[in-house]
Amino acid sequence: MCDACGCGDVRIVPVELHERLLAGNDRTAEHNREHLRAHGVVSINLMGSPGAGKTALLEATARAFGGTERLAAITGDLETERDADRVRAAGIRASAITTGSACHLDAEMVHHALHDDIAHGADYLFIENVGNLVCPAIYDLGQEANVVALSVTEGEDKPLKYPTMFRNADLVLLTKIDLLPALPDYDRRAVEDALARVMPNPRMIAVSARSGEGIGEWMKWMQRLRSPQPSRSAGAAMAT
Amino acid sequence: MHEYSLVQGLLDRIEKEARAHAASGVHRVTVRIGRMGGVEPGLFATAFEMSRVGTVCEHAELELKTEDVRWACGVCGCDIPQGRELACPSCGWPARMVGGDALVLERLELEVNGHV
Repeated sequence: MCDACGCGDVRIVPVELHERLLAGNDRTAEHNREHLRAHGVVSINLMGSPGAGKTALLEATARAFGGTERLAAITGDLETERDADRVRAAGIRASAITTGSACHLDAEMVHHALHDDIAHGADYLFIENVGNLVCPAIYDLGQEANVVALSVTEGEDKPLKYPTMFRNADLVLLTKIDLLPALPDYDRRAVEDALARVMPNPRMIAVSARSGEGIGEWMKWMQRLRSPQPSRSAGAAMAT
Repeated sequence: MHEYSLVQGLLDRIEKEARAHAASGVHRVTVRIGRMGGVEPGLFATAFEMSRVGTVCEHAELELKTEDVRWACGVCGCDIPQGRELACPSCGWPARMVGGDALVLERLELEVNGHV
Protein backbone atom coordinates (compact mmCIF):
# COMPACT_ATOMS: atom_id res chain seq x y z
CA MET A 1 0.00 0.00 0.00
CA CYS A 2 1.27 3.44 -0.97
CA ASP A 3 2.02 5.55 2.11
CA ALA A 4 1.30 8.80 0.25
CA CYS A 5 -2.17 8.26 -1.21
CA GLY A 6 -3.10 4.68 -0.39
CA CYS A 7 -3.16 3.64 -4.05
CA GLY A 8 -1.48 0.26 -3.40
CA ASP A 9 1.27 0.78 -5.96
CA VAL A 10 4.63 -0.79 -5.31
CA ARG A 11 7.60 0.36 -7.32
CA ILE A 12 10.52 -1.94 -8.07
CA VAL A 13 13.71 -0.01 -7.43
CA PRO A 14 16.89 -1.61 -8.80
CA VAL A 15 20.07 -1.10 -6.80
CA GLU A 16 23.40 -2.05 -8.37
CA LEU A 17 25.89 -3.08 -5.68
CA HIS A 18 28.63 -5.32 -7.16
CA GLU A 19 29.92 -5.91 -3.67
CA ARG A 20 31.82 -8.91 -2.39
CA LEU A 21 29.83 -11.02 0.05
CA LEU A 22 32.94 -11.15 2.19
CA ALA A 23 33.58 -7.40 2.04
CA GLY A 24 33.10 -7.03 5.81
CA ASN A 25 35.45 -9.93 6.55
CA ASP A 26 38.04 -8.51 4.14
CA ARG A 27 37.98 -5.11 5.88
CA THR A 28 38.57 -6.72 9.27
CA ALA A 29 41.30 -8.92 7.74
CA GLU A 30 43.06 -5.86 6.34
CA HIS A 31 42.88 -4.24 9.76
CA ASN A 32 44.42 -7.38 11.33
CA ARG A 33 47.16 -7.40 8.70
CA GLU A 34 48.05 -3.74 9.26
CA HIS A 35 48.12 -4.27 13.02
CA LEU A 36 50.35 -7.35 12.77
CA ARG A 37 52.71 -5.76 10.24
CA ALA A 38 53.00 -2.60 12.31
CA HIS A 39 54.17 -4.78 15.21
CA GLY A 40 56.60 -6.77 13.09
CA VAL A 41 54.64 -10.01 13.43
CA VAL A 42 54.67 -12.43 10.50
CA SER A 43 51.36 -14.27 10.51
CA ILE A 44 50.70 -17.60 8.85
CA ASN A 45 47.27 -19.12 8.28
CA LEU A 46 47.87 -22.85 8.66
CA MET A 47 45.14 -24.97 7.13
CA GLY A 48 44.60 -28.64 6.33
CA SER A 49 42.35 -31.61 6.98
CA PRO A 50 41.66 -32.74 10.54
CA GLY A 51 44.64 -34.91 11.44
CA ALA A 52 46.96 -33.57 8.72
CA GLY A 53 49.51 -32.80 11.42
CA LYS A 54 49.10 -29.05 11.88
CA THR A 55 49.61 -29.07 15.64
CA ALA A 56 52.51 -31.53 15.46
CA LEU A 57 54.10 -29.25 12.87
CA LEU A 58 53.88 -26.29 15.26
CA GLU A 59 55.40 -28.39 18.04
CA ALA A 60 58.26 -29.44 15.76
CA THR A 61 58.75 -25.84 14.59
CA ALA A 62 59.01 -24.63 18.18
CA ARG A 63 61.54 -27.36 18.97
CA ALA A 64 63.60 -26.45 15.91
CA PHE A 65 63.67 -22.73 16.66
CA GLY A 66 64.70 -23.60 20.20
CA GLY A 67 63.61 -20.24 21.56
CA THR A 68 65.52 -18.12 19.03
CA GLU A 69 62.25 -16.68 17.68
CA ARG A 70 59.21 -15.74 19.70
CA LEU A 71 56.26 -17.81 18.51
CA ALA A 72 52.57 -17.31 19.13
CA ALA A 73 49.55 -19.27 17.97
CA ILE A 74 45.83 -18.94 17.71
CA THR A 75 44.28 -22.38 17.45
CA GLY A 76 40.81 -22.95 16.09
CA ASP A 77 38.68 -25.97 16.84
CA LEU A 78 34.99 -26.57 17.26
CA GLU A 79 35.51 -27.66 20.86
CA THR A 80 38.30 -28.04 23.44
CA GLU A 81 41.59 -26.25 24.03
CA ARG A 82 43.63 -29.37 23.40
CA ASP A 83 45.65 -27.95 20.50
CA ALA A 84 46.36 -24.74 22.41
CA ASP A 85 47.50 -26.82 25.40
CA ARG A 86 49.81 -28.87 23.18
CA VAL A 87 51.50 -25.91 21.53
CA ARG A 88 51.80 -24.12 24.91
CA ALA A 89 53.63 -27.15 26.23
CA ALA A 90 56.00 -26.75 23.27
CA GLY A 91 56.76 -23.18 24.32
CA ILE A 92 54.39 -21.28 22.01
CA ARG A 93 52.18 -18.61 23.52
CA ALA A 94 48.71 -19.70 22.51
CA SER A 95 45.11 -18.70 22.57
CA ALA A 96 42.27 -21.03 21.59
CA ILE A 97 39.23 -20.09 19.57
CA THR A 98 36.43 -22.59 20.02
CA THR A 99 34.04 -21.99 17.17
CA GLY A 100 31.13 -24.11 18.40
CA SER A 101 29.75 -25.32 15.11
CA ALA A 102 31.55 -22.95 12.73
CA CYS A 103 33.71 -24.81 10.23
CA HIS A 104 36.31 -22.07 9.73
CA LEU A 105 37.91 -19.06 11.39
CA ASP A 106 37.00 -15.61 10.14
CA ALA A 107 38.78 -12.29 10.46
CA GLU A 108 36.55 -11.12 13.30
CA MET A 109 37.41 -14.16 15.44
CA VAL A 110 41.11 -13.52 14.86
CA HIS A 111 40.66 -9.82 15.60
CA HIS A 112 39.01 -10.74 18.88
CA ALA A 113 41.87 -13.09 19.76
CA LEU A 114 44.43 -10.38 18.91
CA HIS A 115 42.77 -8.16 21.52
CA ASP A 116 44.04 -10.62 24.12
CA ASP A 117 47.54 -9.43 23.15
CA ILE A 118 48.44 -12.92 22.05
CA ALA A 119 50.74 -11.67 19.29
CA HIS A 120 52.41 -8.96 21.38
CA GLY A 121 56.17 -9.20 20.99
CA ALA A 122 55.93 -12.25 18.74
CA ASP A 123 58.08 -12.76 15.65
CA TYR A 124 55.65 -15.27 14.15
CA LEU A 125 51.97 -15.83 14.70
CA PHE A 126 50.50 -19.13 13.53
CA ILE A 127 46.77 -19.16 13.03
CA GLU A 128 45.94 -22.85 13.14
CA ASN A 129 42.63 -22.99 11.34
CA VAL A 130 39.81 -25.45 11.91
CA GLY A 131 40.69 -28.78 10.25
CA ASN A 132 38.81 -28.54 6.97
CA LEU A 133 39.87 -28.37 3.32
CA VAL A 134 36.77 -26.47 2.19
CA CYS A 135 35.42 -23.57 4.22
CA PRO A 136 38.59 -21.86 5.52
CA ALA A 137 39.84 -21.35 1.95
CA ILE A 138 37.84 -18.20 1.24
CA TYR A 139 38.29 -16.33 4.53
CA ASP A 140 41.12 -13.85 4.63
CA LEU A 141 42.23 -13.56 8.25
CA GLY A 142 44.89 -10.90 7.79
CA GLN A 143 47.72 -13.41 7.34
CA GLU A 144 50.94 -12.87 5.45
CA ALA A 145 50.78 -16.31 3.89
CA ASN A 146 48.52 -19.32 3.55
CA VAL A 147 50.12 -22.67 4.28
CA VAL A 148 48.31 -25.97 3.75
CA ALA A 149 49.41 -29.14 5.52
CA LEU A 150 48.76 -32.24 3.44
CA SER A 151 49.72 -35.56 4.98
CA VAL A 152 50.96 -38.45 2.89
CA THR A 153 48.17 -40.68 4.21
CA GLU A 154 45.55 -38.43 2.59
CA GLY A 155 46.56 -39.55 -0.88
CA GLU A 156 48.06 -37.76 -3.84
CA ASP A 157 44.91 -36.32 -5.41
CA LYS A 158 43.62 -34.05 -2.61
CA PRO A 159 44.70 -30.88 -4.47
CA LEU A 160 42.54 -31.86 -7.45
CA LYS A 161 39.57 -32.60 -5.19
CA TYR A 162 39.85 -29.38 -3.17
CA PRO A 163 41.24 -26.91 -5.72
CA THR A 164 40.03 -23.72 -4.02
CA MET A 165 42.03 -24.49 -0.88
CA PHE A 166 45.24 -25.28 -2.76
CA ARG A 167 44.84 -22.45 -5.24
CA ASN A 168 44.98 -19.99 -2.35
CA ALA A 169 48.02 -21.64 -0.77
CA ASP A 170 51.42 -19.99 -0.85
CA LEU A 171 53.03 -23.19 0.38
CA VAL A 172 52.03 -26.81 0.81
CA LEU A 173 53.73 -28.81 3.52
CA LEU A 174 53.69 -32.51 2.73
CA THR A 175 53.57 -33.89 6.26
CA LYS A 176 54.25 -37.25 7.94
CA ILE A 177 56.88 -38.29 5.40
CA ASP A 178 58.34 -40.58 8.07
CA LEU A 179 55.37 -42.83 7.22
CA LEU A 180 56.45 -43.25 3.58
CA PRO A 181 58.15 -46.63 4.16
CA ALA A 182 54.69 -47.94 5.13
CA LEU A 183 53.18 -46.51 1.92
CA PRO A 184 55.17 -48.16 -0.88
CA ASP A 185 52.68 -47.06 -3.56
CA TYR A 186 52.80 -43.41 -2.62
CA ASP A 187 53.78 -41.33 -5.64
CA ARG A 188 55.25 -37.99 -4.70
CA ARG A 189 55.42 -36.89 -8.33
CA ALA A 190 51.65 -37.36 -8.56
CA VAL A 191 51.17 -34.82 -5.74
CA GLU A 192 53.51 -32.39 -7.46
CA ASP A 193 51.61 -32.86 -10.70
CA ALA A 194 48.26 -32.27 -8.95
CA LEU A 195 49.58 -29.10 -7.30
CA ALA A 196 50.83 -27.76 -10.64
CA ARG A 197 47.26 -27.99 -11.95
CA VAL A 198 45.70 -25.98 -9.13
CA MET A 199 48.47 -23.68 -7.85
CA PRO A 200 49.86 -21.04 -10.22
CA ASN A 201 53.10 -20.97 -8.20
CA PRO A 202 53.35 -24.48 -6.81
CA ARG A 203 55.65 -24.74 -3.83
CA MET A 204 55.90 -27.80 -1.62
CA ILE A 205 58.20 -28.78 1.22
CA ALA A 206 58.16 -32.35 2.52
CA VAL A 207 58.44 -32.54 6.30
CA SER A 208 58.28 -34.90 9.21
CA ALA A 209 57.40 -33.46 12.59
CA ARG A 210 58.60 -36.71 14.11
CA SER A 211 62.08 -36.94 12.59
CA GLY A 212 62.54 -33.21 11.92
CA GLU A 213 63.29 -33.82 8.25
CA GLY A 214 62.41 -30.78 6.13
CA ILE A 215 61.70 -28.58 9.14
CA GLY A 216 64.84 -26.54 8.47
CA GLU A 217 63.68 -25.77 4.95
CA TRP A 218 60.27 -24.79 6.30
CA MET A 219 61.92 -22.44 8.79
CA LYS A 220 63.92 -20.82 6.00
CA TRP A 221 60.71 -20.35 4.01
CA MET A 222 59.12 -18.67 7.04
CA GLN A 223 62.11 -16.42 7.51
CA ARG A 224 61.86 -15.25 3.92
CA LEU A 225 58.40 -13.88 4.75
CA ARG A 226 60.20 -11.33 6.90
CA SER A 227 61.65 -9.58 3.86
CA PRO A 228 59.19 -7.25 2.14
CA GLN A 229 57.14 -9.06 -0.47
CA PRO A 230 55.39 -7.50 -3.45
CA SER A 231 51.71 -7.79 -2.48
CA ARG A 232 51.68 -11.31 -1.12
CA SER A 233 48.45 -13.25 -1.32
CA ALA A 234 45.81 -11.64 0.80
CA GLY A 235 44.56 -15.16 1.25
CA ALA A 236 41.02 -15.18 0.05
CA ALA A 237 40.01 -15.14 -3.55
CA MET A 238 39.47 -11.68 -4.94
CA ALA A 239 36.35 -10.81 -6.88
CA THR A 240 36.78 -10.44 -10.56
CA MET B 1 28.75 -25.32 5.61
CA HIS B 2 29.97 -21.74 5.61
CA GLU B 3 27.11 -21.02 3.18
CA TYR B 4 24.86 -20.31 6.16
CA SER B 5 27.16 -17.68 7.63
CA LEU B 6 27.60 -16.11 4.18
CA VAL B 7 23.84 -15.95 3.72
CA GLN B 8 23.44 -14.40 7.16
CA GLY B 9 25.91 -11.69 6.18
CA LEU B 10 24.08 -11.21 2.89
CA LEU B 11 20.70 -10.82 4.62
CA ASP B 12 22.15 -8.25 7.05
CA ARG B 13 23.59 -6.32 4.13
CA ILE B 14 20.28 -6.36 2.24
CA GLU B 15 18.38 -5.34 5.37
CA LYS B 16 20.60 -2.25 5.59
CA GLU B 17 20.07 -1.40 1.92
CA ALA B 18 16.31 -1.88 2.23
CA ARG B 19 16.19 0.48 5.21
CA ALA B 20 18.18 3.10 3.33
CA HIS B 21 15.60 3.02 0.52
CA ALA B 22 12.62 2.70 2.87
CA ALA B 23 11.74 -0.50 1.01
CA SER B 24 8.91 -2.67 2.26
CA GLY B 25 10.32 -5.81 0.69
CA VAL B 26 12.84 -7.27 -1.72
CA HIS B 27 11.72 -8.55 -5.09
CA ARG B 28 14.94 -10.09 -6.36
CA VAL B 29 18.51 -10.69 -5.18
CA THR B 30 21.22 -11.37 -7.77
CA VAL B 31 24.42 -13.05 -6.60
CA ARG B 32 27.34 -14.12 -8.78
CA ILE B 33 29.21 -17.23 -7.67
CA GLY B 34 32.36 -18.44 -9.38
CA ARG B 35 32.91 -22.16 -9.65
CA MET B 36 36.06 -21.65 -7.61
CA GLY B 37 34.53 -19.06 -5.30
CA GLY B 38 34.45 -21.62 -2.51
CA VAL B 39 30.67 -21.76 -2.36
CA GLU B 40 28.31 -24.48 -3.53
CA PRO B 41 25.40 -22.73 -5.32
CA GLY B 42 22.86 -25.39 -4.30
CA LEU B 43 23.80 -25.15 -0.64
CA PHE B 44 23.78 -21.38 -0.88
CA ALA B 45 20.24 -21.44 -2.27
CA THR B 46 19.10 -23.81 0.48
CA ALA B 47 20.70 -21.63 3.13
CA PHE B 48 18.92 -18.62 1.65
CA GLU B 49 15.56 -20.43 1.68
CA MET B 50 15.97 -21.37 5.31
CA SER B 51 17.39 -18.11 6.59
CA ARG B 52 15.17 -15.56 4.91
CA VAL B 53 12.03 -16.34 6.92
CA GLY B 54 11.04 -13.25 8.88
CA THR B 55 13.48 -11.00 7.03
CA VAL B 56 12.95 -8.36 4.38
CA CYS B 57 13.86 -11.10 1.85
CA GLU B 58 10.98 -13.34 2.90
CA HIS B 59 9.42 -13.24 -0.59
CA ALA B 60 12.51 -12.43 -2.62
CA GLU B 61 13.62 -14.43 -5.61
CA LEU B 62 17.27 -15.46 -5.46
CA GLU B 63 19.00 -15.33 -8.82
CA LEU B 64 22.34 -17.13 -8.80
CA LYS B 65 24.68 -16.51 -11.71
CA THR B 66 27.48 -19.02 -11.86
CA GLU B 67 30.77 -18.13 -13.43
CA ASP B 68 33.19 -20.59 -15.02
CA VAL B 69 36.83 -20.77 -14.03
CA ARG B 70 39.20 -19.17 -16.49
CA TRP B 71 42.97 -19.04 -16.33
CA ALA B 72 45.24 -17.01 -18.57
CA CYS B 73 48.95 -16.40 -18.87
CA GLY B 74 50.03 -13.50 -16.67
CA VAL B 75 52.15 -12.09 -19.50
CA CYS B 76 50.77 -12.91 -22.94
CA GLY B 77 47.16 -13.42 -21.81
CA CYS B 78 46.63 -16.66 -23.70
CA ASP B 79 43.99 -19.01 -22.27
CA ILE B 80 45.16 -21.90 -20.13
CA PRO B 81 42.54 -24.64 -19.95
CA GLN B 82 41.27 -25.60 -16.51
CA GLY B 83 42.86 -28.82 -15.32
CA ARG B 84 46.16 -28.30 -17.15
CA GLU B 85 49.39 -27.26 -15.53
CA LEU B 86 48.96 -23.60 -14.53
CA ALA B 87 51.86 -22.21 -16.51
CA CYS B 88 51.88 -20.65 -19.96
CA PRO B 89 52.68 -23.28 -22.60
CA SER B 90 54.65 -20.70 -24.60
CA CYS B 91 56.51 -18.56 -22.07
CA GLY B 92 56.20 -20.66 -18.89
CA TRP B 93 54.89 -17.74 -16.84
CA PRO B 94 52.47 -18.66 -14.00
CA ALA B 95 48.78 -18.50 -14.87
CA ARG B 96 46.46 -15.91 -13.45
CA MET B 97 42.82 -16.57 -12.65
CA VAL B 98 40.71 -14.24 -14.79
CA GLY B 99 37.30 -15.57 -13.80
CA GLY B 100 35.64 -18.06 -11.50
CA ASP B 101 36.42 -16.84 -8.01
CA ALA B 102 33.55 -14.35 -7.66
CA LEU B 103 31.31 -14.20 -4.64
CA VAL B 104 29.47 -11.00 -5.32
CA LEU B 105 26.15 -9.39 -4.48
CA GLU B 106 25.44 -7.84 -7.86
CA ARG B 107 22.04 -6.29 -7.64
CA LEU B 108 18.86 -5.89 -5.64
CA GLU B 109 15.37 -5.10 -6.75
CA LEU B 110 13.65 -3.42 -3.85
CA GLU B 111 9.92 -2.98 -3.39
CA VAL B 112 9.17 0.60 -2.47
CA ASN B 113 5.65 1.83 -1.75
CA GLY B 114 4.09 4.75 -3.55
CA HIS B 115 4.80 6.97 -6.53
CA VAL B 116 8.12 8.52 -7.42
